[in-house]
Amino acid sequence: MVRLNSPEELEKFRQEIVSKKDTNKPCISICAGTGCLASGASEVIAAFKAEIKKQGLKTDVDTKGTGCPGFCERGPVVVIYPEEICYLGVTSEDVPEIISQTIKEKKVVDRLLYVDPTTGEKAIHEYDISFYKNQERNVICNNIKIDPKNIDDYLAIGGYSALAKAFSRMTDEEVLSEVKKSNLRGRGGGGFPTGRKWEGSRNAPEKIKYVIVNADEGDPGAFMDRGLLEGNPHSILEGLIIGAYAIGSHEGYIYVRQEYPLAVENITLAIKQADEYGLLGKNILGSGFDFKVIVHQGAGAFVCGESTALMTALEGRVGEPRPKYIHSNISGLWNKPTVLNNVETWANVPLIINKGADWFNKFGTEGSKGTKIFSLVGKITNTGLVEVPMGITLKDIIYKIGGGIPGGKKFKAVQTGGPSGGCIPEELLDLEVDFDELTKAGSMMGSGGMIVMDEDTCMVDVARYFIHFLTDESCGKCLPCREGLRQMDKILTNITKGKGKEGNIELLEELSKTAIEASLCALGKTAPNPFLSTLRYFRDEYEAHIREKRCPALSCKELISYYIDPDKCRACMICLKKCPAGAIDGGKNKIHVVDQEKCTKCGTCFEVCPSRFGAVKKISGEPVPSPIPEEERIMIRKSKEK
Amino acid sequence: MSEIHLQIDGKKVEAKEGMTVLEAAQSADIFIPTLCHHEKLEPFGACRICTVEVEVRGRTKLVVSCVYPVEENLVVRTRSEKIDRIRKTLLELMLAHAPDSEQLQDLAGEYGADKDRFEKEASFCIHCGLCVRYCAEVKKKNAVGFVDRGIRKEISFIPEIASKECNSCKECFSLCPTSYLQAAFVLTEALAFPRASSQTALKK
Repeated sequence: MVRLNSPEELEKFRQEIVSKKDTNKPCISICAGTGCLASGASEVIAAFKAEIKKQGLKTDVDTKGTGCPGFCERGPVVVIYPEEICYLGVTSEDVPEIISQTIKEKKVVDRLLYVDPTTGEKAIHEYDISFYKNQERNVICNNIKIDPKNIDDYLAIGGYSALAKAFSRMTDEEVLSEVKKSNLRGRGGGGFPTGRKWEGSRNAPEKIKYVIVNADEGDPGAFMDRGLLEGNPHSILEGLIIGAYAIGSHEGYIYVRQEYPLAVENITLAIKQADEYGLLGKNILGSGFDFKVIVHQGAGAFVCGESTALMTALEGRVGEPRPKYIHSNISGLWNKPTVLNNVETWANVPLIINKGADWFNKFGTEGSKGTKIFSLVGKITNTGLVEVPMGITLKDIIYKIGGGIPGGKKFKAVQTGGPSGGCIPEELLDLEVDFDELTKAGSMMGSGGMIVMDEDTCMVDVARYFIHFLTDESCGKCLPCREGLRQMDKILTNITKGKGKEGNIELLEELSKTAIEASLCALGKTAPNPFLSTLRYFRDEYEAHIREKRCPALSCKELISYYIDPDKCRACMICLKKCPAGAIDGGKNKIHVVDQEKCTKCGTCFEVCPSRFGAVKKISGEPVPSPIPEEERIMIRKSKEK
Repeated sequence: MSEIHLQIDGKKVEAKEGMTVLEAAQSADIFIPTLCHHEKLEPFGACRICTVEVEVRGRTKLVVSCVYPVEENLVVRTRSEKIDRIRKTLLELMLAHAPDSEQLQDLAGEYGADKDRFEKEASFCIHCGLCVRYCAEVKKKNAVGFVDRGIRKEISFIPEIASKECNSCKECFSLCPTSYLQAAFVLTEALAFPRASSQTALKK
């Protein structure tokens, strides 16, 4: 077994790995991230292996299950090296053709390429695809190049060279000052300057100090940290060791949700491999520095993403936040100085050490340097993970990278920052995304969730959804959060059901104020954001619900009715047959009518009515026209007259 | 321990390092309302009723006095329009659960809280955690604990421990600001260890 006793030995070993690799040898990389696995990537990987064997190419071609490159919408994603041909939506049926065409004949399989929806042009390489082209992929770019289960792959692309550099050419103080100079801010949501946090712990007099990776990613729709932990676990580990070295910590924790089994598996394996190579444990790379890492699986509480709740949970107690009038970096885990950073923050550290703070400062805005990974989800054409420089406009993320809103629908709002973030409307699409601008707009960076909503989304219902989520996920300890949210949830639910009253908005505002001012932790202090931001930009929707009992987005079930326009109905029987409630009266050649008493408002009739007829309508805030008299319902078809 | 000088409601107060603002106020006979605080227990900071304004280096912020440590030259205000508004809303939220609690009613009078402001949800418990913490920290028995989280969080006696420990103790009963605890215990007793409860009845 290899044990690396110095930075020089690491470098020599790296050269050996690289020299053993034939760069001309074809390698088929298949994304084995959670998104692609859900789309059938493991069958594709198996099919490649079987086909290669069948065609007798076992020694000529490598296959590799890699980390997530981000384009989840079009998975499974396959990249073939050395040409870097990128195929999307690959199934096991495509495999024989890829082997015989691309691997053997060096021909591109056209139908598996990305087609630009506007120009119709096909893109052969990742970097030609608009989704990737407009990103700045500093952190996530290595995911597709490596097998996250193989440390040698990480070493081959320069892995642990930042650690070697820190040990051999920098003092711990210099490491800290480089991170400070980089202006890196915490990627978990708060945006606190990382270097300052580290410095506080470093200067604290206590001998025992801890470092923690916060991988308790719990925002609905967010999977940035998951993508990194699953796809490139060593980069996080390397950052963590460097951080520990800078502050003088010898014990680190990775707090990861148990709902991320693949992330747990990959990071646990990564720790084992690093330990065997002497990159963890005693006397790392002969530097005299000792450091060990323990993986701790969270039991599924959203609030444990809050730093003090996370530490309480790590101590083996119920994960409830504690007041932090003394910062965690001075008195954190077991009352010792503790640096807790998010997964993505740690993953940025090796880059800063390797390439320097000046390089890092080239990206981003005045107050927010570097790049940020977002998970772009919701009503968006290209769902996936995107890494962009701070300061990019929302418009560029949604349209240039995300490909806009599918189905010809109109953009309405984008929700950033997770459940305690806010909704940003169309008129602010030119907003330059960074920590401060998002806060100014009433939202926040959060850990990087970005949920796109189209015109069919009711903003009152969005607020209700997130507030309801938080009533479940509040720890229940402090009153303004637990009871304030309980009442807010009730009021918002009433509004979406048409039971809103005058004064409800003001009451919600007061409850919001109290929660912001008096809650114990950040969860409570930010919990009213979904309400406040939707009220700020979509007040008319609240008023329509309360005063006119009307849902302008035609989404709130209890405020809408389905109605069949007798002039447009062609009595085709489709909706009548599909209605699960038997609420449609009609027949062949007899105009259909919705029985409002029986209708459950499931929307099936609306969806199935052929678009050339468009006879089914949603109505809100006005009475449903009374059904036409029975005798007028019989249709005389022109075709029959002939 | 060094003396720390601070100002509470315009009054000069001397405190010892490590004291909380609440302790400093109490030592100077300045009243700050509390519900989840108990001198024998670790500060909890849950009910937030003891929220005060502090001025540190020219910046004003809201903190809970039962947790916030004193510091030199700290300026504290225990009443202001903002503090009163917060306390009023907090009381109204609690009164939705325990409208008949005398302690809450007294405070409601002081802060003008309307007990009917919010829809009633008669759970009686206001989650101050006094019983839970007293049993754990002082009695070291853990016979009563919190279960679940968020709006479903409630206190619950653990029958196996409660059946052995509670009858001879019951010290937590008097701590409860809403008199709910005793009812919860009687219910647990009746449901979980009926024999024990009938024996108690016989003894009486």
